[in-house]
Amino acid sequence: MSAKKLTTPLAESTVRSLKAGDQVLLSGVIWTGRDQAHKRLVALLDANKELPCDLHGQVIYFVGPCPAPPGRPIGSAGPTTSYRMDAYSPRILAKCGLRGMIGKGARTAPVVEAMKKYGAVYFAATGGAGALIAQCIKKCELIAFPDLGPEAIYRLTVEDFPLVVATDANGKTLYR
Amino acid sequence: MQKFRIVNFDAVAAAVAELCGKAACDLPEDVLDRLRQMETQEISDLGRDFFVQYFENARIARNERMALCQDTGFAVFFVELGDCIRFDRGTIYDAISEGVACGYRKYFLRKSIVNDPLFDRKNTTDNTPPVIHLELVPGDKLHITLAPKGGGAENMSAIRMLKPSDGRNGVIDFALETLRNAGGNPCPPTVVGMGIGGTFEKAAFLSKKALLRKLGEPNPDPRYAELEQEILEKINATNIGPQGLGGSITSLAVHIEFFPCHIASLPVAINLNCHAARHAEVEI
Repeated sequence: MSAKKLTTPLAESTVRSLKAGDQVLLSGVIWTGRDQAHKRLVALLDANKELPCDLHGQVIYFVGPCPAPPGRPIGSAGPTTSYRMDAYSPRILAKCGLRGMIGKGARTAPVVEAMKKYGAVYFAATGGAGALIAQCIKKCELIAFPDLGPEAIYRLTVEDFPLVVATDANGKTLYR
Repeated sequence: MQKFRIVNFDAVAAAVAELCGKAACDLPEDVLDRLRQMETQEISDLGRDFFVQYFENARIARNERMALCQDTGFAVFFVELGDCIRFDRGTIYDAISEGVACGYRKYFLRKSIVNDPLFDRKNTTDNTPPVIHLELVPGDKLHITLAPKGGGAENMSAIRMLKPSDGRNGVIDFALETLRNAGGNPCPPTVVGMGIGGTFEKAAFLSKKALLRKLGEPNPDPRYAELEQEILEKINATNIGPQGLGGSITSLAVHIEFFPCHIASLPVAINLNCHAARHAEVEI
């Protein structure tokens, strides 16, 4: 199987053309966020406050990386399980123009419905392969919520991050 | 009169710190062997592609001393403490805890423990406290096994108090239900640890301890060995597959540990481990 090369930001038309099962090599800027960061982003949306990052056309990666060893941008950085973000993702998809999420494991129906409605795709990264994925991450900058440590929001610059379209913008999914 | 062996507190803490680095970065040979063996049975192209990534990940982790998985886990210890051992200061609990704090810092491992489960959820910043299962054994040896446990697989674990009449089929059904519910969440192919019998907490303990057995080695009791094989085959017929994205290898092995139980009970606990089934041990 040959992988499609994509670079962020992603256009809605690009995202809608992706099919469940497509293998993708993703490059460009992506944003980290997991449980606590999602909770805070949604709290900011609820309060009509500005988010610390503009997510239009962007991709969020559900990850809490290991600390960076000396001379490296980041430590081990594989995906965390996505269903814990399901309570927050529909809101972010509706409000922020987010085009993609990267994690592992199936999403619930409200997330898939929001992906279909607003045009977004869910990528699976390889769980338990954090050392391999770290090789694709060229830069890591702290953007928001430093008190959260590994759960803070980081801006990552990635090159050829290997992903699989697990659930596409038509709602088709590889999970059973 | 019994002769005591005095063990140095700092030596134990230092050994534990090294164990943290080793467990996080070096995928054990038995796990690699089993992955190689199961890869040949994977029929999905995508599934085989994941196995290739697992081998490459293990190679990078070992060579570059980078954690196999960013979730370097709860530090869970199984300790066999010889009854002739005394410490020059402190306790075995303190020594292990100090080793964890030092090892997680030294090897740039993620600190994943919060101080309070419900209200504060504030990171303790040094990955302490560890969970320590201490067993007193005769002699003057101290054997420490560390099995770091990530949240993804741990969250998909389950325990159920079956009725004795549920029997063998009840155990199989519960295992399949648990694995189906888990889907791609625990990073399949998983290792399935099962504790059958004992009490509520004993079954849970056994299910975790079962994960420490050399991967794929059957239970010495042929009836349980047969049950392990049958459950594994049924799990691998679900087509959940590597990463839950379809394929023939959903689990690498099923390990059952059992214990006598009450006339009214049949407790069954299932503890899942991801394909990066980490463990490391040291004798002091």
